[in-house]
Parts: sequence; structure tokens; C-alpha cells
Amino acid sequence: MTGLRPDLAIIADHVSPGASVLDIGCGDGELLAALRDRKGCDARGMELDPANVSHCVALGLPVIQGDADTDLAFYPDNSVDVAILSQTLQTTMRPDRILDQLLRIGERAFVSFPNFGHWRVRTSLLWNGRMPVTRLLPVAWYETPNIHHLTIEDFRHLVAEHGIRVEKSWFLSGDRLCSPAAANFRAEHAVFLLSH
Amino acid sequence: MACSLHHFHATMASVPLSETSEVLALASPLALDGGQTLENVRIAYEAYGTLSPRKDNAILITHALTGDQFVASPHPITGKPGWWQRMVGPGRPIDTDRYYVICANVIGSCMGSTGPASLSPDGRPWGMRFPVITIRDMVRGHVALLDALGIERLHAVVGGSMGGMQALSLAANFPDRASAALVIASTARHSAQNIAFHEVGRQSIMADPSWRDGDYYGSGKGPDKGLAVARMAAHITYLSEAGLTEKFGRRLQDRTEKTFGFDADFQVESYLRHQGISFTDRFDANSYLYITRAMDYFDLAEEHGGLLAKAFARSSARFCVVSFDTDWLYPTSESRNVVHALNAAGLPVSFVELSAPFGHDSFLLDVPALDQVVAGFLG
Repeated sequence: MTGLRPDLAIIADHVSPGASVLDIGCGDGELLAALRDRKGCDARGMELDPANVSHCVALGLPVIQGDADTDLAFYPDNSVDVAILSQTLQTTMRPDRILDQLLRIGERAFVSFPNFGHWRVRTSLLWNGRMPVTRLLPVAWYETPNIHHLTIEDFRHLVAEHGIRVEKSWFLSGDRLCSPAAANFRAEHAVFLLSH
Repeated sequence: MACSLHHFHATMASVPLSETSEVLALASPLALDGGQTLENVRIAYEAYGTLSPRKDNAILITHALTGDQFVASPHPITGKPGWWQRMVGPGRPIDTDRYYVICANVIGSCMGSTGPASLSPDGRPWGMRFPVITIRDMVRGHVALLDALGIERLHAVVGGSMGGMQALSLAANFPDRASAALVIASTARHSAQNIAFHEVGRQSIMADPSWRDGDYYGSGKGPDKGLAVARMAAHITYLSEAGLTEKFGRRLQDRTEKTFGFDADFQVESYLRHQGISFTDRFDANSYLYITRAMDYFDLAEEHGGLLAKAFARSSARFCVVSFDTDWLYPTSESRNVVHALNAAGLPVSFVELSAPFGHDSFLLDVPALDQVVAGFLG
């Protein structure tokens, strides 16, 4: 879909019309609004930042202020068709538990995250010996909300260990797709569609 | 139409309330949670805007403990603007150009709806013979009003504090009657602390010799001192510590030195005394007893087998829950409790904790973020 951040556009394109969706860490609600308005989805969200939540509610979106680490437990099993976690996994206290929660609540889950294995990150660490500050990781180590950096390879291992099936994956360099083989080096972003 | 307000306060001048509020006399008796039946119930209400031909644009606003139906029109006794004037009106977040907005005085209260100051069948005021009522009984009164107005399904029910309890109760117990419920600074049950503060207020009223076991109507003097103290104690719970400090600090009232006596040396004392005394001009002490009791009895989960999510099992409404970070009377944890139950029931719910300095009273005051949330949710 046009107008959305590239990873959100991929997710929006692959959610079935009319599906029930829970977007965890929905930010200002742009994906939810797109899913509701263009695909007729029952689109709900959870967001930590109160200003973002107010913005979403003012748009008429059912969004609750909550913390993925603690508040997902209150959703019943299989309550939505699709759970979405975009650019949020790396900010949580326990990404592994979040992943399990996603597939408990949703039949399928989209997860997108910035790839810490990208070559710019590697070279920054290798040549400067310092934590990278890049276009996609623009905040210094001491104030970044990203507390659990991961690479695409790390994520592949985690889902394998949890017995989670990767139905599909997309790797983005800027807004262009790149091949899975070199993704851990070349992709800035990854989007995974997961199921049990 | 005679109105019970004329009777409730022994010293109050008679007020032509019926000129401003519509009063509905219920055709059938109201069966109450306590097992009794209340006959000849009257419901006083205000309405704003125009009901659509399909009667699908109605919003019911439910008021708080000492609130009333004058949500957006001047109070007939105090002359002050409506208690939610900033929220309700043409072009306001609850837009009377689009919606037909109803606000009814709860039963048990004293602004025209049947309460302890109303006349019982024997021609004397009910006093403490009035049956103990619940939040759900208040809602039954509202539903009877909706029936009389021919409104099958509200666009939304909206309430803050005790009004939020009514909104939750209506959504849970009459799930077909509202498409949406907006619950602000409220709770699904009264906590021990909530009950404790109310008990202080009740005991203060009952300790006033002029209370006379509730039989003070017509005696020329009601339990104003007790009621004033009850209001003072309650008023503290409506404000935040930081708000009190900012507004009053330890500043002295119209003096430069402490008097080494028990006058209202401090501004905060003077303020509270004024709040207490002026409250007695507009509120009936027995109504205060009955309504606080109804709030204390409120436990929506208990009504539904102990599990709050079950209360909403038959509901299909949209919900929006709002709390304030400085509200320690109904703190955010209580709102989260409601939200988790609504999630568990699979209902669409919005929830936000807004930041505002005014404590529980924030829902009545200037909080622009609340306006946006209300307008956005109502659509």
C-alpha cells in the first residue's frame, strides 16, 4: 500500500481483507487506520506512549495504552487472526516471550525489526569500535529504546528454537526488497510472517 | 408537576425546578436490587439537541455522586454553568448539533428524581424509609426513561466517576441499549479505601444532631454541619496532593500570622469550609447517604459470578476507558482492570491514561487531550 513505511506496506498488503488484527506497538495508528479504511479489518492496537494512544483514539481507533511485556497476557488465546509487532520486538524486555504471546493471541503474526547485522552497523563497530548510529538506528546507545538488538540470523534461530514456522519473509534495503541469502548483511529491515 | 426538590431541604427556598427540567413519571413500578419495588418513580432530566427521526443519535450522560441533570445548562440553585458545559454543546466534543444529549438525575438524588426527600405513599417524605438502591437501580431508571422516549439503542452512554459506573452497568446489564460506552475516571468496584472515605462522610452526617435519623424534613434545620464535613472529606479525595500544594501550599488566609487558635488560618482550610457549606445549599444529606451506599455496593464482577469479563459476555458495544495519572480515588489500575476484562471478552476497547494535574476532578476540568479522545471516540 502506498504512503506507509515500507515494512508496514508489506504487512498491509498481506493481511486478508476483513481480518481481525491486533497491532502491538501501533504508534500513531497509521497501519491500523490503513487496515481499517482500505481492507475493512477489525483493527485494534496497543501502544505504550500516551500521546500516541490519544492520537489513535481521536482517530476512532480502538487502541489501549499498554506494555507488550506485561499486558499481552490479558488477551485470550486465538483472539485475532493476525498479531502484528512492527519495529517493537527490539524494545521489549523479553522478546522471546513476546514472540510466544503473539502466536498465542493470533493465528499468525507479522514481526518486523531493524537488522543489527546490516553492513553499515558491522563496519561502524569494526572500524570505529563504537555502537553504531545510523539512519535506521539514529539514537545513541544510552538513550535508545532498542534494548535488545538482533540480527536476521538471530531471529531465524529464535523462531527455530521455539518451533515457530516462517511462512514468508521480506528483507528491505531502503524501500527495495533484497534476497534472503544475503539479507543478514544487506537488509536494513526484515519482515517475517509466522505461524505455528 | 410538583417536584420533590421542594421538600428536601428544610431551610432552602423553594426552587421552580420544573420550569427547567422535564420530569417523567414512570408508568410502572421499579423493581430494585434490594428486593423492594419503588412506585410512582419520577425521573427529572435535561435534553439538548434534536432526536433524529430514527432515534439513533442519542447520547446518555450519566452524572457523578453530587452531580445532576444540569450538564450543560445553569444550575437552578447555584446559577453556575452546567457541570460539563465545556464538553457538551454545539461544536463541543459531545456535539449537540449532531447528537441528542440526555442527562437524567439518578434516583436517590435530590434534583427532581425520586429520592429520600420525595414524598412516600403516606404523604410524608421517605427519609430513611427510602429503600437502599444500587448503581444498577439507577440504570434501571435511565432505561425506563429511554423506553419512554422511544430510544431503543443509544449512540453512546458517557459518564465520569459514578457516571462511569452507570455506563459500565448499563453496557453490562442492558447490552442492547448502547452501541458505545465511554467510562472516565471510574471503576468497576468500590475499593476498601473508597468505602472507607464514604463511611467517614456518612458517619459525619449521622453524628449531626439535626439529622434526627433522617427525619429532618420540615424541621427547619437539616444536618448541614455533618453534610458539610462529609463534603470536605470527600473533596480532598477529588484533588491531587500536588494540586492542593500548588493552589494553597501553606499560605495563610487573610492574615500574616498564625492565630494560635482554630480559625481557618490556612487557605486550604478556608477553601474546604466554603466547599462544605456551599454544598449544603444544593444537596440533601439523606441523598448523600443513599448514593454513597449505592457506590459502595457497586461491584460489577460480583453481579456476574465474580468474573468481570463475564459481565460483558452479552455486550457488543465499543468501549473507551480513560483514567488520569493524578487520580488516586479511582486510580489507573482500576481502569486497567476494566480494560483487561473487556479484552478478555473480545470487545473493541480504547484505553488511555491522560496526564492532568487535577486529580480525580480532572474529568470535569480543562484537559484538552480528554476533549480529543471524547470527540474521536464518539465519532
